[in-house]
Parts: sequence; C-alpha cells; structure tokens
Amino acid sequence: MTAEKFDFKPKSKLKEWLGEKVIMLCALSALVSIALIFIFIFKESSPILTDEFIKDEVTVSEMVFPQQWKADEPPRWSWQPTSSTPKYSLFPLFVGTLKAALVAMLFATPLGVGAAIYSSEFASKRMREVIKPVIELLAGIPSVVLGFFALIVLASILQDLFGLTYRLNALNAGIALGIAIIPIIFTVAEDAMSSVPGSLRDAARALGANPWQVSFTMVLPAAMPGIAAGMVLGFGRAVGETMIVLMASGNAAIASWSFVDSIRTFSATIAAELAEVVFGSAHYSVLFFIGTILFIFTFFINLGGDVVLSRLRTRLQGKLQ
Amino acid sequence: MSQVAPLAQKPLQEDVKAHFRPKTQGYVPRGLTLAAVVLIIAILAILLGNIVVGGVGTISWEFLTSPPEQGLEAGGIYPAIIGTVFLVILMVICGVPIGVLTAIYLQEYTRPGSKVMRMIRIAINNLAGVPSIVFGLFGLGFFIGFVGRGIDGAFFESNQPVWGQPAIIWAALTLALLTLPVVIISTEEALRAIPREVKDASYALGATKLQTIRRVIIPQAMPGIFTGSILAISRGAGEVAPIMFTGAAYYLPYLPSKLNDQFMELGYHVFVMATQSPDVDKTLPILYGTVLVLLLLTFMLNFTAIMIRSRIRSRRKGE
Repeated sequence: MTAEKFDFKPKSKLKEWLGEKVIMLCALSALVSIALIFIFIFKESSPILTDEFIKDEVTVSEMVFPQQWKADEPPRWSWQPTSSTPKYSLFPLFVGTLKAALVAMLFATPLGVGAAIYSSEFASKRMREVIKPVIELLAGIPSVVLGFFALIVLASILQDLFGLTYRLNALNAGIALGIAIIPIIFTVAEDAMSSVPGSLRDAARALGANPWQVSFTMVLPAAMPGIAAGMVLGFGRAVGETMIVLMASGNAAIASWSFVDSIRTFSATIAAELAEVVFGSAHYSVLFFIGTILFIFTFFINLGGDVVLSRLRTRLQGKLQ
Repeated sequence: MSQVAPLAQKPLQEDVKAHFRPKTQGYVPRGLTLAAVVLIIAILAILLGNIVVGGVGTISWEFLTSPPEQGLEAGGIYPAIIGTVFLVILMVICGVPIGVLTAIYLQEYTRPGSKVMRMIRIAINNLAGVPSIVFGLFGLGFFIGFVGRGIDGAFFESNQPVWGQPAIIWAALTLALLTLPVVIISTEEALRAIPREVKDASYALGATKLQTIRRVIIPQAMPGIFTGSILAISRGAGEVAPIMFTGAAYYLPYLPSKLNDQFMELGYHVFVMATQSPDVDKTLPILYGTVLVLLLLTFMLNFTAIMIRSRIRSRRKGE
C-alpha cells in the first residue's frame, strides 16, 4: 500500500460525532421498524376493541365462540365475511392453519432431522458436499414456485394416488409446506449436532462406543434442544407461509378435522381478502387482527428458538470448567 | 492405593458396558437417515425436472422480450421481467445502505454482549422471522395508508390518490424491510473476517474511527456487502405476499416509469396465471416458462452469492 492511500484529512470532531450518530440511527432503525410493524398492525386491528360501530358488526367473542346464525340450527363457527350478515369466526381458519402446519411437520421432520443426522454423523466429506448445496437450492426456491408445483402437479398426483374428493386440500398444501421447511429444520439441527465438541466424541470412543453409538447415545441427546428448536422454527415458518397455502389448499373455511378436506389458513385469508376490502371497515380490521395473531405467534416462536439455540451454543462451546 | 483403584473403576466399567450393550454396527439408523437424504434429493430432482421439462420449450428470445397478449394466454413476460428488475433495484437502493451501516454499528461501535447490541440482534432475528404476509399488511397500513395518504393530504388537493395507492416505491420499501436481516447478517460476517491488524494499522497511522470505517473497513467488507445484496435480491425477487397489495398489478399495458406507478412482477405473474386464469391448460406453457425464468434468476443469484461467500470464508481461514 502506498503512502497516498492513507493520506487522511485533518480530524474533525464534529464529523466524527455526526458519523457515529448517523450509523447509530441506522442501527436503531432496525429496532424501530420492528416496533413500527407491531404498532401499525395492532393499530389497524384495534377498532375491533374500541370502535362502537365496528363492534356492532364483530366482537372478539364472536370470532372465538360458535354463533347461532339461524333459529333452527345449532350454533356453529363460520367464516363468511362477505355474506349479507358477515360472519367472522376465526375457528375454521385456526383449524386449517393447524392442519396444514401439522402435515408439514409430519412430512418435514423425519426428512430434515434424518438428513441432518446423516450429514453430521455418517456422511463422507464428499457426500456432505452434495447434501449442502441440495439444501441450499431447496431453500432458494421461491414459495410461489412451490405453490405452483403443488397446485399443478402434486395435487393431481395425490388425487390419483388416494382417490380424493377435493383436489386441493390440507394434505396437498401441507406436503408443499413441508418441502419449504425442510431446509430450516435441517440447517438448525445439523448446526446443533456439529457443534458438539470433538473432545466429547473422542471420550465416548475411548470408552468403547462404536461410531453410531457415539451418535445416538451421546451426540443426539446433547444436540436435542437444537433439533427441537429447528422443529419449532420450522413450525413457525409453516404457520406464516402464505403463497403455498393460498395456491394449494383450496381456500375453503371448513372447521373439520379431516386432512383431505379443503382448508383456509390465517395467512391465506389475509392474502385472498385484503385486496377487495374497504379501508377501515370491520373486515379490514379483522384481517389486521389475524395479522396481529400471526405476528405475535411467530415473534414468540422465534424468540424461544433463539434463546434455546444460544443457550445450547454456550453449553456446548462455552468454557468447560 | 492399589485397593482403591479397582473398586472405583469396576462399577464404572460395568456401567459403560451396560450403556453400550447392543454392539451392532448401526446399519439401520445409517440406512434410515441416508434414505431421508435420498428422498430430499429426489424431491428436488422431481421439482426441478418437472419445471425444466415443462418450461424449456416456451423460453425464447421473443418470450422474454414481448408483452402478454390475449388475456395472458399468449405472448411473453417482458413487462414482468422489467418490473421485477426495477423493483429489486429500488429495494437495494433503499435497504442496503441502512443494512450495511447497522452491521457496522453492531461490529465496530458496540461492545460484544452489550445491551444495545443484544436488543438490536433480537430485533433483527425477529424481523427475519416475521411472516411475509405481515410485511404486506404493514406495507399497506403504513406506507400506503399512513405515509402515502399523508403526503396526498398535505400536498395534493384532488381526491385522486397520487401516493396513497399501491406503487412500486411502497412495494420496494416493504421488500427492503423484509430483506434487511439478510444484508445485515452477511455484512457482519464480512466485517468479522477483517483482521484486527488492518484496523490497528489504520489507527496507528492516526486515522479516526470514521476514517478507518470509510477508507479501510468498508472497502475490505465489499465482497460481503455484495453477497448480502445479491441474497437480498434473490429473496426479494421471489417474494409475492408483501407486494400483492403494495404495488403489483395483474396486467399493465405500460412499464413503470415513475415511483408511484404500479408494476408487473414475475412471482406475482405466476400466481395470477396459476390461480386466476379462466383456462389453465391454455396458459400452462407460458406459466411453466415464467416459473423457469423466475427459478433460473433466483438460482443464478444464489449461486453467485454462495461463490463470493465461500471465497470470503476461505480468506478468513487463511489468516
């Protein structure tokens, strides 16, 4: 490096001070924006609790408990926000979200965790160089592409295979969601297992355990919190994912427990209905209310996952007394 | 002494033996976990194979450079490609500088483990986990409903919304927020890879902190900033939920030319053709072609980013 390159101008205290403040402001903007997101989503949904006019049309208890809509029928949950008497029960959406996320977890957990175990415990270096890019490719697929695949290809395969009545259903959407969350489960679980210190592995080997015993009696239990965190984060992602369920689930708000019925999830409801809604109406507030639920839910899932993972890291890699 | 040792060791040995009793080689767990890997590879292969086979016949120069025709059943995807490019350029301009400065603040100005740092870190991690549809809601409620309408109310007399409507700038800002964590995380990684000695040398020559950041740290971190921007572009180009209400349009006869224009976008175009088309069989070839273009775009971006990143990592290991 030449001398000119470090030809610094005379120091200016003011510039230094300003520079630091500008940089700090930018950093705080991350903090502020997450607060802003919450404040705004909540602000737009708050009329449900405060506005008399909107409370006339929908209340929180109406969204939770079954309602008597006709005199000769038992009370039921229904989501029909655009009918002449708008019905805003969130229960069918809750059931739909849960079903899709459950299928996704059942599909993705064995694959993601299994592949993570293989990659961290058994795979040769060469095999690992195949697995990593495969997972990265999978993670890079936009969710709208997965939704497209589930809608056009997967749905037909499943329908032919199981003779289903509805082409688009919880199973179809759940499997596509599962493909979307395999990478996160794999990455977090693999990270946890490979952060188990080599000295512990050596110790187990020295005590006479063979490699797979080391993996299953020592590494796996030690990394268990990390694997669990990966699953929880995957679940959070599955609940929040929008385009896949919007395209592949059929979008019928039915409160049934059958996995081959069409479903409508929280996220897909927002995506499908927000475009046609009137600014400031009851329907608009309810959609933001759903957004608040999603936000709070994923916030705590992520916070929990973070805490578990950072504790695990200090336990496995922190100073050993 | 010779009496104590065997007494203490014997139960331990037995304990260890009991713990590891079944001395199998573990072919079953090995086989099962390998099956998981093979299945994942198979899923990816089927997915990509299907899209490539379905889409490769459609892609031609004409497809890439002509607008859609006959209600999306013929023609190309030129406006969607241009819209996507404009969108991500705007997103990078709005988001990357803030992300880079945040990373610099975290790495250079805060002490590791300090309260501010932990708070910002938690905020970033959570920002990364917020569902994309919530960003869409935020974009609509804040950028369009609050900022846009605020501008309209303050500067424009007419009842026609000028800024208080879906527009490319609002979509870009929403995406910038969504991709902020990506930029911050990879810039931070690059900053950590800068050897201490380089910074020390700069200080020893009498440079101030700000001068060191501008003349030494940022140039050194450039590849990392680049990686972060590319990853952000790849993520942003694939997201549909945040732009559905903030600016993307089904079909537009013109290209966006002002910040408050609407725009067409590849991902949204896929969604529209797949779900709103009256005759899906007719649009299917175009649909496959669009999906393939979108996929190639994101993969190419990701591949570039991964290459740069692995180069940074090997440089770091070389120290």
